[in-house]
Amino acid sequence: MKLITAIIKPFKLDEVRQALTEAGILGMTSTEVKGYGRQKGHSEIYRGAEYVVAFLPKVKVEVAVPSPIVESAIAAIMRAAHTGHIGDGKIFVSPLERALRIRTGEVDQDAL
Amino acid sequence: MTKISAACAAALCALLSAAPALAQETSKIDAADTGFMIVATALVLMMTLPGLALFYSGMVRKKNVLATMAQSLIATAIVSILWGSVGYSLAFTGDNPFIGSLSRVLLQGVGVDTISPLAKTIPEILFAAYQMTFAVITCALVGGSVAERMKFSAFMIFCVIWLFIVYIPSAHWVWGGGFLQTMGVLDFAGGTVVHINAGVAGLVAALMMGNRQGFGRENLSPFDLSLAVIGTGLLWVGWFGFNGGSALGANSRAVFAIVATHLAACAGALVWSGLEWYERGKPSVLGVISGAVAGLGTITPASGYILPWHGVVIGLVAGGVCYWFCTVAKHRFRYDDSLDVFGVHGVGGILGTLLAGVFATRAVTASASEPGVSGLLEGDPHQFLVQAIGVGVTIAWCVAGTFVSLKIVSLFTSLRVSGDDEREGLDIALHGEALHHQ
Repeated sequence: MKLITAIIKPFKLDEVRQALTEAGILGMTSTEVKGYGRQKGHSEIYRGAEYVVAFLPKVKVEVAVPSPIVESAIAAIMRAAHTGHIGDGKIFVSPLERALRIRTGEVDQDAL
Repeated sequence: MTKISAACAAALCALLSAAPALAQETSKIDAADTGFMIVATALVLMMTLPGLALFYSGMVRKKNVLATMAQSLIATAIVSILWGSVGYSLAFTGDNPFIGSLSRVLLQGVGVDTISPLAKTIPEILFAAYQMTFAVITCALVGGSVAERMKFSAFMIFCVIWLFIVYIPSAHWVWGGGFLQTMGVLDFAGGTVVHINAGVAGLVAALMMGNRQGFGRENLSPFDLSLAVIGTGLLWVGWFGFNGGSALGANSRAVFAIVATHLAACAGALVWSGLEWYERGKPSVLGVISGAVAGLGTITPASGYILPWHGVVIGLVAGGVCYWFCTVAKHRFRYDDSLDVFGVHGVGGILGTLLAGVFATRAVTASASEPGVSGLLEGDPHQFLVQAIGVGVTIAWCVAGTFVSLKIVSLFTSLRVSGDDEREGLDIALHGEALHHQ
């Protein structure tokens, strides 16, 4: 099992959700976050005063997936979240040791 | 002193007996003029509440929104009471060239059918109320320069003192039969009295109090420009009462003033956003509303003396010059006029008062009793010189008067909040309230 964490542009959330559903992933968590990478935020000018807004609004999507479909999930996110402009985001994949469904007590792959 | 005591005693008696004063002139009240001026009075009050309150609070940071609104609210409350008590009398009665009389203290002698010689077709009480709304917005405007750092109590005391030292004499000089009016200075709706005074006072106060923490380094960007847009809309519409109402009657001059006002606002908005578009590639919403307010402020002194198309030219000039002051001069000289009261209103007022001397049109300024005035455009440089004197006198008095006012305030309390309170935000520190709770 793997935990895929994707940082994406907020307006891409619906497309990413749809793509992951089509890839067979049944659940996911999204969180509104702020951050920056190489984009280094953006600048805003108010009556000649320039302010650098370092932390830009992003959405963090977390999905736990069985190992065999990790690549297709990643491909789905890559495709749906891509605009080609700076600030499209990042995908992180980390090992997932255990998963439990609270209602039934099912574990690991059965719990996903 | 004896005279003052006698006037106060008489006023008190009149107030306590609550009897209407006897008519002092034959009634010539005109129903149409009265109806129009009631609406104009309401419109001008709407400019402060809620117009200016929203315009200003949308441009400050979230932690100072309520405190900024509070300045407009408290200025309205304080100035209205003072105006009814003494302000109207000192500004708009008497023959003295420098200050009015005490004949209308506590509105004594103002009856249901008394008329001011300065507004001969509406009830005097309506004229006093209309002028009250001007005093209110002028004091409230000053608050924009010192937003996010001035103590609420200091601002309250400032409103009291500044009204007497700067606003009331100025209103008397230009509108109440004072020496500037006698000299022929044209100020239809407040280029000197309202806008130069508010802008210059704001600049002096900003310089005396120092810049906000983080000015030029930290993000001081506006909390919610949509509030500022709504505020601008209310100001814009209210300005029809401000400039149109200054004709003091439902007549052609009022309509000319309203049309010129609207055209100037549109021209100002187009120029400011056009300059932004050219310089940085994007026209900002703040730029559109700033340009509109610059156009409105600048047309104000000239609005009832010119042709409508002059309004377009004045708006174009206002958009360019005020833009330069707000985006270049302020940063070059590093003064923190928080919400650009000087850059928009002060500069606009100076510009508009001078331009009144350029565009004054004999056909518009003439009345049944007056032959009319020609400006530079009609070949007469005299009016321009008179306007320049009016500007110079107003600036000089306002600089000195504001300095003295703030020095007096600082005898009672510090002008500025503590560093910690400024960091925490004035809403919590001064009012114990927050804009939003989770």
